[in-house]
Amino acid sequence: MKRFFGFVKKEFFHIFRDVRTMIILFGIPIAQLLLFGTVITNEIKDAHLAIYDQSKDEVTREITDKLLSSGYFVLNSYLDNDGDIEAIFKKGKVKEVLVFGPNFGQTLEREGKADVQIIADASDPNVGKLLASYTTGIINDYILKEMGELKMPMQITPEVRMFYNEELESVYMFVPGIMAMILMLISAMMTSISITREKELGTMEILLVSPLRPVQIILGKVAPYLILSVVNAVMILGIGHLVFGVPIHGSWVLLMAESILFILMALCLGILISAVAKNQMVAMFISLVALMLPTILLSGFMFPIENMPVPLQVLSHLMPPRWFIVILKNIMLKGTGFLFVWEETLILIIMAAVFTAIAVKKFKTRLE
Amino acid sequence: MINVENLSKSYKDVKALDDISFSVNKGELFGLIGPDGAGKTTLMRILMTLLVPDSGKAKMAGLDVISEYKNIRQLVGYMPGRFSLYQDLSVEENLEFFATVFGTTVAENYELIKDIYVQIEPFKTRLAGKLSGGMKQKLALSCALIHKPEILVLDEPTTGVDAVSRKEFWEMLKHLQQQGITILVSTPYMDEASLCDRVALMQKGRILCIDSPARIVENYTRTLLAVRSNEMHRLISDLRECPQVETAYAFGQFVHVTPKEEDLEAVELERYLLGKKHQNLQVFETNPGIEDVFMGLMAGNE
Repeated sequence: MKRFFGFVKKEFFHIFRDVRTMIILFGIPIAQLLLFGTVITNEIKDAHLAIYDQSKDEVTREITDKLLSSGYFVLNSYLDNDGDIEAIFKKGKVKEVLVFGPNFGQTLEREGKADVQIIADASDPNVGKLLASYTTGIINDYILKEMGELKMPMQITPEVRMFYNEELESVYMFVPGIMAMILMLISAMMTSISITREKELGTMEILLVSPLRPVQIILGKVAPYLILSVVNAVMILGIGHLVFGVPIHGSWVLLMAESILFILMALCLGILISAVAKNQMVAMFISLVALMLPTILLSGFMFPIENMPVPLQVLSHLMPPRWFIVILKNIMLKGTGFLFVWEETLILIIMAAVFTAIAVKKFKTRLE
Repeated sequence: MINVENLSKSYKDVKALDDISFSVNKGELFGLIGPDGAGKTTLMRILMTLLVPDSGKAKMAGLDVISEYKNIRQLVGYMPGRFSLYQDLSVEENLEFFATVFGTTVAENYELIKDIYVQIEPFKTRLAGKLSGGMKQKLALSCALIHKPEILVLDEPTTGVDAVSRKEFWEMLKHLQQQGITILVSTPYMDEASLCDRVALMQKGRILCIDSPARIVENYTRTLLAVRSNEMHRLISDLRECPQVETAYAFGQFVHVTPKEEDLEAVELERYLLGKKHQNLQVFETNPGIEDVFMGLMAGNE
């Protein structure tokens, strides 16, 4: 046991004395979380709007006010004729033009119907689509409230509620994804690099010759990263919860237990990589290409699995983060208990067991 | 203490060790001498249980290197060819780490390493990566000794170390030998051979001869001539062109010449060189040193 602690102490010296390791361990997770949480977002705020109002009556003014006070739009300018529409889009700043037909209010009152045209800049199709639907929503809302006395014939109004993420905050999606990604990165990449570094520097030769058993060497390598990864998991959850307001409805204990399971799985994967890789470069390459990219692309973190081609969907089953993200979302957003995530948990346990078995078998007590 | 029988090991097409046999007695300082690629490191790694031989047997302290490798790892100290300590750990931390790994403490075996460690103790808080070559070797030796091994295996410990530190290092080995430790050391420097009790000369995976340095020299019967002139460089090439000369190597201020025929007289060679317009010539018969013997043996094996 003393040998083991001596080894762990040595590992901590390595970690704390290497600036690069410290940056990867603590700088990158925070930076990534803040970046994904704030910069990359699906919501639209303060889009520039131009209005070509041909009637300039009370109704159009009210609709305009409502649009501008929604927070989604800021007024760029009023246009005077059709020709300006194209010109103002070409300048690039304005993302949407709203055109009210002539005598808008009067027509609406008399015929119960009036024309408003929404022209969106669809050079970014997602933004264009979103803006158009926001505008439609706001206008419909206005009509329903203000013109309530206008009895429209036969009307079905769907009441949409977005459960577990009412505001459709994208950060709810990113926090679990980033957590899976960062834990994978730290656990798998850092352990594989630190083991291959011993091979590269020749210290592995001495460790092998010593009475340390392979299990002690492996556990000694893994223990510090397990502790640091748990610290990281708490840090990510904390920032997600306190800074971005991501809810944690389920139990913290279950959440941490599942995180530790995922970390252990990733650590086993790291040992496996180190058994295959001859030097640090190869270990890093395998970790980045074989782990990071699939984690981002195939785990359902960025792109919905349901929309993938079937072969990729099948492949995504092999991605540990996929299951972890499901577990995280269930516990954090839905507040479900263990009974609802036991299948995913079991899959992670099996993966961890398989990786450990291969890693222990592959670990050599000799040099070749 | 060390017993090697008919050991062979190949890497793909290269025969690193070819049917090697030798034994080292308890308390002996045994040297493996040979150029790079002679198979010294492979041999040591097999003895250190790091490699498995293709065929043959090897025993360390009576334990088989394949089946009883775990026990061997308890009682041997090993210093690999490369500096293999943690560069980002201080001198003190390295020593403590290896002591802990071997289940002992620095205090417990301090007596054994004291003479070596006191020399680097003033720098004990310095990171191992920032030590000079000689100090690194002293630290590596201290770490290899910290668990009081019965057998010490050192792979080219003096390569890349300055002349003064080399001398000190050999003195330390002598001192350790007096404390009853069996030492197997390899070196590419032939002049270090005379510091060992017995040496094995290795080349291309084979042992050319094993004996004490003095006996090796005694058994060498060939004539050796020492030559010097004003132009050493031209002298060597002229000598090598001479039909009566087998080999000519520079040894310090002289060129050592092994003639093809045993009865080549110094005077004859001098006449030949005078014909080549060498000035301040000195030619005389000399007693071979261990280096001459090795060069002769290795040339004969080519």
